[in-house]
Amino acid sequence: MTRMLVKGLDWIVRNVTHGSHALRKQTILKIGLITVSLFLLVTVLAQYSWFIPYDPVYYRDAPRLEGPSIRHLMGTDQLHRDVFSRVISGGKASLIVAFGAVALSMSTGSILGWISGFTGGFFDRFLSLIMDAIYSFPSMILAITLVAMFGAGIGPMIWAVGFVYIPTYFRVTRAEVLQVREATYIEAIRAVGATNIRIILRHVAPNTVNAIMAVSSFNLADAILTVAALSFLGFGLPPPAPDWGFDIQNGQKFLQSGSWWLITFPGLMIIALSLGFGLIGEGISDLVNPKRKRKRV
Amino acid sequence: MGGIGRYIVQRFMLTIPMLLILVTLVFLILRVMPGDPVSAMLGGRNISPQLMDEYRHKMGVDRPIPVQYIEYLSGILHGNFGKSFRTNKPVVTELFTRFPATLELAFFGLFFAAIFGFSTGILSATRADQPIDHIVRIFHIGSFAIPLFWLGLMLQVIFAVKLGWLPVASRLGGRIAFTFQSITGFYLLDSLLGGNTKVIADVAKHLVLPAITLGFAQAGLLGRMSRASMLEVLDQDYVTTARAKGLKERIVVMSHALRNALIPIVTVFGLQFAILMGGAVLTETVFSWPGVASFLVRSIEARDWPAIQGSVVFIAIFISAINLIVDITYSFIDPRVRY
Repeated sequence: MTRMLVKGLDWIVRNVTHGSHALRKQTILKIGLITVSLFLLVTVLAQYSWFIPYDPVYYRDAPRLEGPSIRHLMGTDQLHRDVFSRVISGGKASLIVAFGAVALSMSTGSILGWISGFTGGFFDRFLSLIMDAIYSFPSMILAITLVAMFGAGIGPMIWAVGFVYIPTYFRVTRAEVLQVREATYIEAIRAVGATNIRIILRHVAPNTVNAIMAVSSFNLADAILTVAALSFLGFGLPPPAPDWGFDIQNGQKFLQSGSWWLITFPGLMIIALSLGFGLIGEGISDLVNPKRKRKRV
Repeated sequence: MGGIGRYIVQRFMLTIPMLLILVTLVFLILRVMPGDPVSAMLGGRNISPQLMDEYRHKMGVDRPIPVQYIEYLSGILHGNFGKSFRTNKPVVTELFTRFPATLELAFFGLFFAAIFGFSTGILSATRADQPIDHIVRIFHIGSFAIPLFWLGLMLQVIFAVKLGWLPVASRLGGRIAFTFQSITGFYLLDSLLGGNTKVIADVAKHLVLPAITLGFAQAGLLGRMSRASMLEVLDQDYVTTARAKGLKERIVVMSHALRNALIPIVTVFGLQFAILMGGAVLTETVFSWPGVASFLVRSIEARDWPAIQGSVVFIAIFISAINLIVDITYSFIDPRVRY
């Protein structure tokens, strides 16, 4: 029995994660992409009432706090609402904030990194020090403090989570710029009379795209978890709206009475989505950095 | 002064600008952003403008920003973070009474992470590309995607509510908490000093779930890194030599390879600790653990600005100190590091 289980899992891994066979076929990347697209599709469709079995906010006819059954696949909560309907429509805020925050930090961080790496000198050292300081600070605590400043809701969460990731992009792009800047071909172009802006846009930026893509997938995975944590702590969407983190906080109150379904299913959704982004990141890293393959990191 | 002494002093001097920047950032975020602390604190309540002004004056936020900044800095230098609005006690006192709880939790979280991470990493590296290696790697990748607070709640449901093996939350059981007297604030240490086995068992039981929750994601990261590092080391010539000498594989792995494989991992311990402090916010909230991080969350909920500012600065100083210690330790472990 155990042997079969091990063999089965082994088969899954060979085909799912980066075993040497899977790498050639980019299976991890595909699985990540499929997972994330599925989530995007379901979340968009769940905004229409014909797609979800019951109304996630106003449905009142179900029994109160009942475990999973055929009628209510994931049980019901204390307000007689169907957990399944809430779970499939609860990813909206997470996805919007994650994409918004990563777009914000990617653009700000990369531009600062390019400028800083290219100009060098005092400005570069000063900016690097600031970025290092932010980077060394616990991102979760920084995000919570910022959301407390900005107020709860989708907009403030985008700013708060986005701010936290800026140093990551700054570091990646700056390192890349420093490497490219000294290359002979850059010197040659400069001798021909190319301006700094042209060098950045035509020669430096394309070189950083690969690294940024991998970093941003990992950031999206992390952002999903951060947003869930912020909602869990009560800094997310206002109450009636379905949201995984908030629903888990709500379920916590009924944990002592054994209502496990209230927290289990929203949590599994967070894991699946975060894992999807993580797998995309793994896939891209393997693609752009063949050395990783050999080291089997 | 010798080489290492000079290195320590240099590294210490580097910490100062870093800390200054962090502290300044905290100040700027809390002051320059829209909405001053007073209206944020009293917002929504029906309070006359005069009373608001009175509060502003009392808190000193009506003075020019540079003056406030200087006072804030000198306050930090003197260890004075102001008084908490909520408890009316000095913020420093509040933080120091809660700090041992956080440190105890972080220590055992990291302890769990290290044991679990290193053992799975080594297991996986020594059996590379075998089924067990694949299973361990799935776990390593998956562990990043699990929300800490969810893991904590699930552990509570399984081990506390359903099975009843371990307590749901807090640091002590009700009856023991009534008579327990803490000297250091580290309950496990206190109970060991007290020598009462019942108390020791109770304290240890309360630590298990929070420590696993906090250490879980770290375990995955450490496991992944130790696996990669171990694989690299096992490829080295000196490992081949050791094997050629006829040493047992266990000795080759444990005494020749492991020590060298761990060196690169130590460097990231500082960063790990920062992530750990972030995780502490959620773990302490889920397990009603009376630490610094849950104090920060409750201060944010109550809009207690001096407490928020104080906690954030406190955590910044703590992280800088840890980074300093890690860097210095690294120079001891790896003799190749030149000062």
